[in-house]
Amino acid sequence: MSWRPPAWVILGLSSLLAVIPAPAAAQRGPVVVGSKPFSESFILAEMFAQILESRGIGVERRLGLGATEIAFQALRTGAIDVYPEYTGTGLVAILNQTPQGTAAQVYRRVSRAFRERWAIRWLPPLGFENTYAIAVRRESAETDGLSNLTDLSSVADRYVGGFSPDFIGRPDGLPGLQEHYDLRIVEVRSLLQGVKYEALALGEVDIIDGYSTDGLIERYDLIVLEDDLNFFPPYQAAPVVGRNLWKTRPDAIRALSELSGMLDEETMTALNRRVEVDREDFVTVARDALADMGLVEGPALRIVQDLDDLRPPLVTYLWARRMETLRLTSRHMLLVLVSLLGATVVAIPLGLVLERARKGAEWVIRGVGLLQTIPSIALLAFMIPLLGIGVVPALVALFLYSLFPILRNTYTGIRDADVTAVESARSLGMTDGQILTYIRFPLAIPVIMAGVRTAAVITVGTATLAAFIGAGGLGDPIVAGLALSDSRMILSGAIPAAVLAFLVDGVLGLLERVVTPSGLAVGD
Amino acid sequence: MRAYSRVGRVFSREIGCEAGSTTLSLWMAEQTRSDEVPALGAEDIVKRFGDILVLDNVSLSVAKGEVMALVGESGAGKTTLLRLFNRMVTPDSGRVSVGGLPVDTLNPVRLRRSIGYVQQEGGLLPHWTVLRNTALVPWLRAMASPNDLASKALRLVGLPPEEFGHRRPRELSGGQRQRVALARALAAEPEIILLDEPFRALDAITRAELVEAVDSLLERIGVTVLMVTNDIRTALDIADRVAVLRAGRFEQVASPTELRASPSTPYVKQLLDRAGEGAVK
Repeated sequence: MSWRPPAWVILGLSSLLAVIPAPAAAQRGPVVVGSKPFSESFILAEMFAQILESRGIGVERRLGLGATEIAFQALRTGAIDVYPEYTGTGLVAILNQTPQGTAAQVYRRVSRAFRERWAIRWLPPLGFENTYAIAVRRESAETDGLSNLTDLSSVADRYVGGFSPDFIGRPDGLPGLQEHYDLRIVEVRSLLQGVKYEALALGEVDIIDGYSTDGLIERYDLIVLEDDLNFFPPYQAAPVVGRNLWKTRPDAIRALSELSGMLDEETMTALNRRVEVDREDFVTVARDALADMGLVEGPALRIVQDLDDLRPPLVTYLWARRMETLRLTSRHMLLVLVSLLGATVVAIPLGLVLERARKGAEWVIRGVGLLQTIPSIALLAFMIPLLGIGVVPALVALFLYSLFPILRNTYTGIRDADVTAVESARSLGMTDGQILTYIRFPLAIPVIMAGVRTAAVITVGTATLAAFIGAGGLGDPIVAGLALSDSRMILSGAIPAAVLAFLVDGVLGLLERVVTPSGLAVGD
Repeated sequence: MRAYSRVGRVFSREIGCEAGSTTLSLWMAEQTRSDEVPALGAEDIVKRFGDILVLDNVSLSVAKGEVMALVGESGAGKTTLLRLFNRMVTPDSGRVSVGGLPVDTLNPVRLRRSIGYVQQEGGLLPHWTVLRNTALVPWLRAMASPNDLASKALRLVGLPPEEFGHRRPRELSGGQRQRVALARALAAEPEIILLDEPFRALDAITRAELVEAVDSLLERIGVTVLMVTNDIRTALDIADRVAVLRAGRFEQVASPTELRASPSTPYVKQLLDRAGEGAVK
């Protein structure tokens, strides 16, 4: 069947595109600094940003990008200019090569391969390594006499492992480790970074993968088992720089290179501890670190804040952030409304068309439903090569997620509209087109609106994940809060998001009353 | 003969023929010779739904101005037979004509707009007012003043438009809704009306009132009526002739008097007895 979109559909779509901001001009714009979503990456990226700013270079921060894949794709496609990465991760997770060689050899291999394949540069290492640290409780180490990974092999079958999901899957993670040390850890639980230490301390698990520089190992009094047979590749931290920044901004490259060799493991661990254990703001911690290195001017004497100042009550904290929250909320609203409007403008006419072509309808709807089953993070990662990072791919992903409930409800509502009324209208000489326009569509409005409301509430929630690809919104404090184990920060995003979902549903409920033809009472 | 050519004129004006003017002029020529062209005609109709034989070689003819009732149990094929005439059902074999014209030469949409129709359960559009519902067919046919025609039809069925015109179907009683459905069928002043169980699902008093109202109305406006009902008493009260249908075949087609006096099959007799209308009484 042939169907031409009515003028208002085309108009709607083009006005939708007009709302999406065009990509910023590449020349002399701010340097875009990214990070991955864990505290050390936040601190390092913030140090990059501050040293650039102190040298008079404009900076835009895109911190907390989803994971290695998202941050790297963002760098490769020019959506960000620089982020902190680890040589071992570059070797194994990005290049898919086998982990072997000394720290210097690995650094040379990754920098050559990245330069040749993508024109991405590894600046000189920052000076510390952050490798995986396999850790156990102190009493386990004492009871079983563990000091290195070889000691572990005789008792591993009694231990319950709690590892991060990517460690369980990566060749430089659990599979390789088990083989290298002939370990037989039978029971393995997949745990996120934020809960792993707590689970180990409580005895839920007996062995975890930590980071050698993280601040929590000391706090929970854990013993790190030595990698005595050198399984883990060297993980030297360094800034990785995209081709555009390398070519056009020697001043920025110079500024970032000043950090080379300035951070040893002890210093980095101390910085991580201030954020993870002492709950200090990572911006302050980064500024202090740069000041201590003499790279920027800072307060000669650090003011030790009162504990109450550091941890104000939640309400005070939220109130203090109100302007920021307002800004994030309006960005969130933009993401939700634009994607929802787009999905409505596409899914409703599509549902009407499908009602006329019922044979194919179920397949089309199932196909759209399949989109719903793609994990949001995966969908966002797929988008980066096509659309980069930021608002545009987030809108597209949210648009795709909103389609299904609206399409399903439109189709069902149109198809199942009052059979007697439809039949009698046909018997009196209404054409199929008139039946659709004057009967099926008006009668389906309550069902269609229910689909829009479902989509809206889902979108408000899903839009928080947009922070993983740097689109902003209320996901920003949630992602950062998760990375920094800061529950107040998480709540400062989660509470407004919940309120927003409630309000959006309420407003759409009012709209439903307005657009529902009288004679069909809402809520009957 | 004069009456039939009037039906023919109406249909030649309102329906048109897919086959074009040749068929029409042939038909016109036919009219001058024939005195027996029925308003509704069905010959040797067979209709199956899957394996079920719904109409088994049925023939029926309704004269201009006649009120014909189709009586039978549910599943007897009454509604299927009724819907042959507005092309909502296509027979597997047999010929169907309206005003002497074979229906398969007529545009179905224009045919339907020219025939009044009351569906089971009324089938009013729930989101339209009573007036707009009633004005549906005049509006579809782009007639001069649909609302005036609708108001006139509403008055005919005893619902003053000033009081009822702005209401929605859900604000009416069951009997009032059936009256609106009837007004909707009448509004465009069709020559032929098809009624499918117009009195079903009404309480006894409402039903009796409505039957009486419809009876006097039909007498007054003189249209051709084919009405389906499963209640033989209503049929005997209203119809000029009653056709008793059982399992896709006619048991008897006769006037109420004849039917009462001499039921031709045990089934018809049983039907009459059960309704307390048998000759024995």
